[in-house]
Amino acid sequence: MRNPQLNDKGELQHLLTIEGLPREILTHILDTATSFVGVTAREVKKVPLLRGKSVFNLFFEASTRTRTTFEIAAKRLSADVINLNIDVSSHTKGETLLDTVDNLSAMHADMFVVRHAQSGAPHLIASHVASHLHVINAGDGRHAHPTQGLLDLYTIRHYKKDFTRLSVAIVGDVLHSRVARSLIHALTIMGTPDIRVIGPMTLIPAGVEKLGVTVFHDLEQGLRDADVVVMLRLQSERMRGALLPSAQEFFKYYGLTPEKLALAKPDAIVMHPGPLNRGVEIDSAVADGSHAVILSQVTFGIAVRMAVMSILAGN
Amino acid sequence: MKIHIKNGRLIDPKSNTDARADVYVAAGKVAAVGKAPDGFSANRVIDATDLVVCPGLIDLSARLREPGLEYKATLESEMLAAVAGGVTSLACPPDTDPPLDEPGLVEMLKHRAKTLNLAHVYPIGALTIALAGEQLTEMAELRDAGCVGFSHADVPLQDNQVLWRALQYAATFGFCVWLRPQDGYLAKDGVAHDGEMATRLGLPGIPAFAETIAIATIVELMRATGARVHLCRLSTREGVGMVRAAKREGLSLSCDVGIHHAHLSEMDLGYFDSHCHLLPPLRSGRDRDALREGLKDGTIDALCSDHTPVDEDSKLLPFGESEAGATGLELLLPLTLKWALEMKVPLAQALARVTQQPARVLGLNAGHLSVGHSADICVFDPEQYRKVTAAELKSQGKNTPFLGIELPGKVRYTLVQGQIVYDAGTA
Repeated sequence: MRNPQLNDKGELQHLLTIEGLPREILTHILDTATSFVGVTAREVKKVPLLRGKSVFNLFFEASTRTRTTFEIAAKRLSADVINLNIDVSSHTKGETLLDTVDNLSAMHADMFVVRHAQSGAPHLIASHVASHLHVINAGDGRHAHPTQGLLDLYTIRHYKKDFTRLSVAIVGDVLHSRVARSLIHALTIMGTPDIRVIGPMTLIPAGVEKLGVTVFHDLEQGLRDADVVVMLRLQSERMRGALLPSAQEFFKYYGLTPEKLALAKPDAIVMHPGPLNRGVEIDSAVADGSHAVILSQVTFGIAVRMAVMSILAGN
Repeated sequence: MKIHIKNGRLIDPKSNTDARADVYVAAGKVAAVGKAPDGFSANRVIDATDLVVCPGLIDLSARLREPGLEYKATLESEMLAAVAGGVTSLACPPDTDPPLDEPGLVEMLKHRAKTLNLAHVYPIGALTIALAGEQLTEMAELRDAGCVGFSHADVPLQDNQVLWRALQYAATFGFCVWLRPQDGYLAKDGVAHDGEMATRLGLPGIPAFAETIAIATIVELMRATGARVHLCRLSTREGVGMVRAAKREGLSLSCDVGIHHAHLSEMDLGYFDSHCHLLPPLRSGRDRDALREGLKDGTIDALCSDHTPVDEDSKLLPFGESEAGATGLELLLPLTLKWALEMKVPLAQALARVTQQPARVLGLNAGHLSVGHSADICVFDPEQYRKVTAAELKSQGKNTPFLGIELPGKVRYTLVQGQIVYDAGTA
C-alpha cells in the first residue's frame, strides 16, 4: 500500500499525518520554517510563493485559532484564502463531504485545509481530488493534527536542539488527542528515546505502547527528569460521561502545578496546544511562568504552516 | 430434464466421498452416483473433467435487502449473485425495513424468492418486534410462515430480562435463537477493534470483551433455559475458547465465522479503508488465527459470507460514518478454498464448513448429494484463480476488501433442484 500523502517521486503531495513520513521530509519542513520565522518578524510580512493560488479552509468542526493561523500563513505567502465553516452551511442540507469537495474543486481551489470531527476524513478527500490539488489535515477526529505536531517539533528543536537525548512527557487526555498522536509519531521519527504518556487509565488508548511510548498513571513519576512537558487540553464534555468524575479531581492528580513541574529537569519547557483550561490541566503559575513556551508555539505555528504550504505548492 | 455430470471429482462431505464419480440428475433429484440408472438418457451432459462436483453451498447469512432497502440490492440481483457463487441455500437475517417480525412479511419474501426460482431462501425471523428489544414476536406463527430461527441481527438487545424470556419462549418450541454476541453498551460508538490500529487511526474502539461478556451471559442463560443458540460471527480468540468449553459441557450451541474475519485483521484497515468497516470489527491477527484454527478443529461449525451489499455512497464517507458490511456471496467459495489451502485442510473437510455443517445448524436435510435428495449442486474449478472486480460481481454490492485480489475457485455450474440456474459459459 503506497503512502497516500506522497507522490510518485516520494515527495509530499498532501499532509495527512506524520506517521510514516521520512525524517528528511520533517527536517526539510522545519528548516524551511526557520527561513519563514524571519518573514513573520519583518515589516512587510509577505512573500510571493503562493501568488495566484487559492487556499480553501474547510472547517467541518468549529475552530478559531487553527483556522486563523492557516489563514495568516496562506496570506503571508500571497495566496487567496477562502474560509468555509461547513457545519453551519451545506452539510446540514444533506450534501455529502465529497459533493462539497467537488463543488469547491470546481471553483479552482489549489489547496484544501481540512478540519473534520471524523478520523480519516482528510484521507478520503485526498483520495478523491484531482492530482494537482493538495490537502492539509488541520485536525481529524482523534487521528492526527500534523501541523500541530510539526510546530511542536519545531518548538522542541528551537529550545532543545537535539531530539536524540530527550525525555518528553505528554500529559492528560491522550485517548481523544490528535495532538498527542501526531507529536508521538514526530518524536519517534526524529529518534527521541524516551516518550511518556501520563493520564488515568480512562484517557489512555488501548495498545498505545505500540506507538513507542511508556505509559504512566502517576504524574509525579512520569514527570521525573523530563526535558519537555506537553499538557493536553481536556475538553469539558469528557466530564459528562464515565471517563472522569470532575475537573477538580483531575486537576488535583493530573494538573501541572509549580510543585509538580519541579520534578522535571530544571530547564524543562512546558508546552500546550491551546486554548488553555487554567485550573483544569494547568495552573496559571505554570502557564505564565518562565518554563512555558506556549506563545512561542503560536508564533512558530505560522512559520511551520507557511513551510508546509510552500513545500506542497512546489511539489 | 435429465443431466449427466461426468468425469468430475465428486466431493460429498457427509458421505465422506472424495472420488472420481459421475452424478446423474433426474426429476430435480440426484438419481444416481457412479453408475447410470437403467435406461438413463441425458438431455444435457456436463463435462466436469478437472472440476469438483459438490453439494451446493449453504450460506448462514446473506442480506437480500428486501423488503425496504432495494436501493442497496434487490432479491433478483442477490439471488443471481448467490447462484453465481455456487450458493444454493441461504439464510437471511431479519434486519430488513421493516424487519421480518410478522408472518406476512416472511410469506411475501418466501413467495418472491420462489418465483425467481434460484436459490432456496430460509428467513431468520426477528426475535422482538421491530427489533426494538422489548416485545417478543409471534415465533410459532413465524415458524409456520417459514422462519428457521430467530435473531436480533446486529441490533443490540440490551435488556437481559428480554433475552432470558426470549430464550425461554424459543426453548418451549425448540426454536434456535441466533445471536451475535456483543454487549451493546461496551460497543457503543465503537467502529473498530479496540487495539493498536484503532489507537493509531484515532477510531473509537470496540473491546474484545464486548464479545466475551455477551457470550458468558448467553451461555449462562442457555444453562438456565435449555435453549438452543447459534452464535453468529465470532471474532475473538477468547470467544472461540468459550464456545469450545460450552460445547464440551454439552450445551446445544453452534457458531459461525464470517469469511472476512477468517482472513483479515485490524491491520487491513490500512488508511481508513471503509470496505473493512465490518460488524463485528476486524480484530487482531491473533484473533484471526484462533478463528481459522477453530474452524479447522470444528469448534466453529460453519463459514458464512455475511453478505451485506452496501451502496457506494454509504461507503464513500469517513470511516466512522460509513455503513458497515461487505458483499460476500460470490466470495464464499473462493475464501473457503483459500482458507483450506493456507491451513492445509483437505478439500472435503473445508467444503463441509459451507455445506453439511451449515445445513445442520439450520436443521435441514440438505448439503449432501444422497440419491433421492434434491439435486442442489455446485460444479467448480478449484485451480482457476480470478481477480475480484466490481464488474464481475453479480451482486449489486461492490463493496469488498478483496477488490483487485486474485482468489482461487471459479464456479462453472450451479444446479438447484436439478435445474441449471447458473452456467459460467453463458452467464
